[in-house]
Amino acid sequence: MAKKWLSSFKGIPLLITLLWIVGFSAALFFAERSVTAFIGVLFSIIVIYYTNSQKNVKLLLGALVLLVIIPVVAGDNRYYMEVASQVGIYVAMALGLNIVVGFAGLLDMGYVAFFAAGAYAYAIFATSQANEFIPGDIFPLSGEWFWPFLIVGLIVAAIFGILLGLPVLRVKGDYLAIVTLGFGEIIRIIFNNLDKPINITNGPQGLTPIASPELFGIKMNTPFYFYFIVLVVIAFIVLANVRFEHSRLGRAWIAIREDELAAQSMGISLLNTKLTAFAIGASFAGVVGVIFAAKQTFVDPTSFTLMESIGILVMVILGGSGSIPGVVLGAAFVTVLQVQLLKEFSNFLHQLQSAGIIDLPNQLDPSKFQRFIFGLLLILVALYRPNGLIPAKRKKNDIDKIKNSDYNKEPQGILAKISQSK
Amino acid sequence: MLLSILPQVLVDGLTLGFMYAVVALGYTMVYGILEFINFAHGEIFMVGAFVGTEVLLIADAMGSLEGMNPYFALILILVVAMAVTGALGVGIERVAYRPLRGAPRLIPLISAIGVSFLLQDLVRFTEAVARNEFYLNSPILFNGSVNLGIATIPQKALIVIVIAILMMMILSFFVNKTKWGIAMRAVAQDQSTASLMTINVDRVIMLTFLIGSSLGGATGVLFAQNYGTIDPYIGFILGLKAFTAAVLGGIGNLRGAMVGGVLLGLLESLAGAYMGPLTSGAFGAEYKDVFTFSILILVLLFKPEGLFGEAVKEKV
Amino acid sequence: MVKKKSYIALLSAALAASVALTGCAGGSQNAGGSNAGGGTSAEQGSASGGAANGGKILIATQTPLSGSQSSLGDAIKTGAEYALSLRQEEFKKMGFDLQLFPQDDQADPKIGVSNAEMLISNPDVMGVVGHLNSGVAIPSSVKYEEGKLVMVSPANTAVTLTEEGKKTVHRICARDDAQGPKAAIYAKNSLGVKTAFLIHDKTAYGQGLADQVKAQFEKDGVTVHGYEGITQGEKDYSAVLNQVIAKNPDIIFYGGLYPEGGILIKQAREKGYKGYFMGGDGLDSSDMIKIAGDAVDGVVFTSVAGDVEQTAEGKKWAEEYRKVTKKPLETYSVYGYDSMNVILNGLEEAIKANGGKKPTREQVLEAVHNTKDFQGQFTKVTFDEKGDNASADVFIYKYEKGKDRSTFVGKAE
Repeated sequence: MAKKWLSSFKGIPLLITLLWIVGFSAALFFAERSVTAFIGVLFSIIVIYYTNSQKNVKLLLGALVLLVIIPVVAGDNRYYMEVASQVGIYVAMALGLNIVVGFAGLLDMGYVAFFAAGAYAYAIFATSQANEFIPGDIFPLSGEWFWPFLIVGLIVAAIFGILLGLPVLRVKGDYLAIVTLGFGEIIRIIFNNLDKPINITNGPQGLTPIASPELFGIKMNTPFYFYFIVLVVIAFIVLANVRFEHSRLGRAWIAIREDELAAQSMGISLLNTKLTAFAIGASFAGVVGVIFAAKQTFVDPTSFTLMESIGILVMVILGGSGSIPGVVLGAAFVTVLQVQLLKEFSNFLHQLQSAGIIDLPNQLDPSKFQRFIFGLLLILVALYRPNGLIPAKRKKNDIDKIKNSDYNKEPQGILAKISQSK
Repeated sequence: MLLSILPQVLVDGLTLGFMYAVVALGYTMVYGILEFINFAHGEIFMVGAFVGTEVLLIADAMGSLEGMNPYFALILILVVAMAVTGALGVGIERVAYRPLRGAPRLIPLISAIGVSFLLQDLVRFTEAVARNEFYLNSPILFNGSVNLGIATIPQKALIVIVIAILMMMILSFFVNKTKWGIAMRAVAQDQSTASLMTINVDRVIMLTFLIGSSLGGATGVLFAQNYGTIDPYIGFILGLKAFTAAVLGGIGNLRGAMVGGVLLGLLESLAGAYMGPLTSGAFGAEYKDVFTFSILILVLLFKPEGLFGEAVKEKV
Repeated sequence: MVKKKSYIALLSAALAASVALTGCAGGSQNAGGSNAGGGTSAEQGSASGGAANGGKILIATQTPLSGSQSSLGDAIKTGAEYALSLRQEEFKKMGFDLQLFPQDDQADPKIGVSNAEMLISNPDVMGVVGHLNSGVAIPSSVKYEEGKLVMVSPANTAVTLTEEGKKTVHRICARDDAQGPKAAIYAKNSLGVKTAFLIHDKTAYGQGLADQVKAQFEKDGVTVHGYEGITQGEKDYSAVLNQVIAKNPDIIFYGGLYPEGGILIKQAREKGYKGYFMGGDGLDSSDMIKIAGDAVDGVVFTSVAGDVEQTAEGKKWAEEYRKVTKKPLETYSVYGYDSMNVILNGLEEAIKANGGKKPTREQVLEAVHNTKDFQGQFTKVTFDEKGDNASADVFIYKYEKGKDRSTFVGKAE
């Protein structure tokens, strides 16, 4: 029934979409801090996606909402923007992991290590920490260095990816999962311990205050700016994902994911192909790490635990590994669940508790059920939706189109010769 | 001075190593048959520790622990914990793994990771409801120690070692000599051929989970007895180390898991005790986990099949 | 090419969806948990306050209410809540609806920062009592500084917190560079130790404290035989303890928290260690006794929090506290209580200075910052330029066999 309905569903008429956007934007404009209107504006993007209209129009509308309407109506509320940029950070990371897990089928459970590498790359030089091991007292670097450091973070993380990948990628499947998990932990332990013999990371004390980005003399230290920075990076990563997916390399990744032996016998170099997947996935995490460090103004090893890696993995698997829209949805959903819904729910229960309505042992606090929820999600997805919420679409070659194409009308090649000779 | 503590370091390493070894057996048995890492095995170990401790605590609260023979009490909690974890292992296999047997390789692993997290929180939840805290302090049954002059061996460590060795011996007798053991080996070699030879593959897999899980649960009890304090997260890192041990010895190989476990325990103990003094403080005991994982990487690089494993050519 | 656009559209969709959910959640908070008619306006929520016509004032707490440190975090929150509830009437007479706004930072810097963003974006929030963990307090205070929101910490001891020159940051407890050296001096002078072995848990708190102790030991001529880190969450510390046994020091100083500290002393005693075992306020918990068992006997720790029940007046207060809140009295309860009162006093002055109208955050900050010779329930508070409490002390406690909580030894000199 549901399927039938879905297939007959052609999309929302454009007019309704436009009315929706205008209506809620106006509502938000006139009634400041109206939550319902704010939700309405945000949901308009989903409405746009399902609108029955030309792609160009949809794209334009989406950009309008993301780049103009949201910042204008919600930009003065730091909290909305903070959560939006946090969601963006995880979306970007999940898209990076999607290349490794979704495309190349390498289950990397230590992905957060690359994120850490990027974050530390910027944090060390944007605080006075670098003076500890580089003479000359030239640090901290000013906020303008944030921009080149996006590239530095990318390169550092890519190098990490290659260095880790070289030994690790010799093992396969389940082994790889455990070994990367071990590696992720090792990187964290090393960052935690690198305050001696030479003080590089300042150990568990962490690094602070990290310089905020600066552009043309504007100090970009509020979530409002980070929202845009993250948006640009996501656009870049999505573009890279899409371009890679159907490139020669992307198809090689998918071939390896489906069957290593077959891929190898078709002349695909296993190690090189896997390494590029590792390095590219890692480099995206590195860029995001730089942004994270600048946004938090403080990094310490506790931000890069195994739970982070698992969380990002859950985003990819839940959304649909290999599927770009799926991963975005998964990341957004899990992040909101993690930073918002659970916390709000437990805040609510706390209020009930302090009002004396219920008595709640501390251990039953909903915000502590992260593992439970992750676990349940993973099992349910594995059992009932192994391809995720929005499964990856296989690019299909339209057989009929090929058959009826102009090239096929005239016999060609050897066939042509045979028919001619008759 | 450094050498004077060596016997003690070795004893501590052995105690830890034997626990790794028994848990590693659970990984290696399942891997040998299904070629699948039962990620939740560490949590089964943890559940065993909690079940055993809860039985002791309840007995203690009822006052029946006072006059009880400690050996009898130990056997009692071992049996209860093994029964519970064995059933749990079979249940997990039935619900979370069996439906996925034909699926792509990553899918059952993801399910296993899910089970692992779920179990951690379920135990925490249960304990929170029952006792309003999530870690337990176990009553210790054996408090004495044997002084050998060069090292003191606590009685409880001896118990760990003896029971671990006993369990390994029984297991290797079972696998090598009994009918069911032969069936297990047959399934490990080739599932479809085994099923043609009238072996019920599903049942053999169930049996494997039953044995592996109850061994894990028993180790949990030993762990709780030896260290006294347990929390729902002990299984994760110990499971990881035990898996490392299994890989070190050659995964799928029972003897390899035993040797790998003991070796890893010894290495860890030595690293913890000597890395600091030998590098004059540059790399302290905090690097011990880095050290053990580095060994895993080295083994995988130079002898990927492990110390005892046989190199297998992939069938096409 | 066509595909790409649909991806971007969906990306936007998902992002928006998530923000939408968030927005919803944030909104329900603004409404203060009251039923604000479909969440149309936060002001409606405050209207339910009743007689208050000057508006709503929220004082937030930010502590871990979940996780392994929740008992400490909850103690601070409960103390603050108690202080606030006693003065709610007083503020109502001035025309303000004063309410507590408890937040859970989960001992996680990321959560702390996003909570801080939420607090500064809510104009009703006038002050924060928090945090428990310095690692959370430092990044969160960056946000408070941007929002000019005054923070009074009952428990953060990390030196860097107030050294960065943020005007909004205050604390009523002592700093690590007071606690560490005083602990070392006590060990040398009162316990008479000559050799020491330092262990820490590789966290900002544990290592910071151990570093301070180590420096003081070295200054005073106490031989430091070893300085090792352990991994939090492990249960087997025999490897490090074997090193300790080999050196046989007079004292083990442990910088870290009680779950590991309890196991360390238990396993050390099993291995035949006879010397002292000392730590910082991380060992201060009744759970320490449960974990260590009999080995807890004689364990000494320093704390920046004193025992309020030392005086008759304090005892009376503690009785009252237990009766009203129905919660056990932890050492930090009274610090949460005093921190809240420091803020409320500042708030009251700011209101008066503003002619009975709702003051701005800057005015509250100014008033709190100028707190001088304020006598709290337990500690005296005088903030210096950095926001440190000039009257803060360090105290020594001891565990004894058979008692279910630590006993107070005295003030460390």
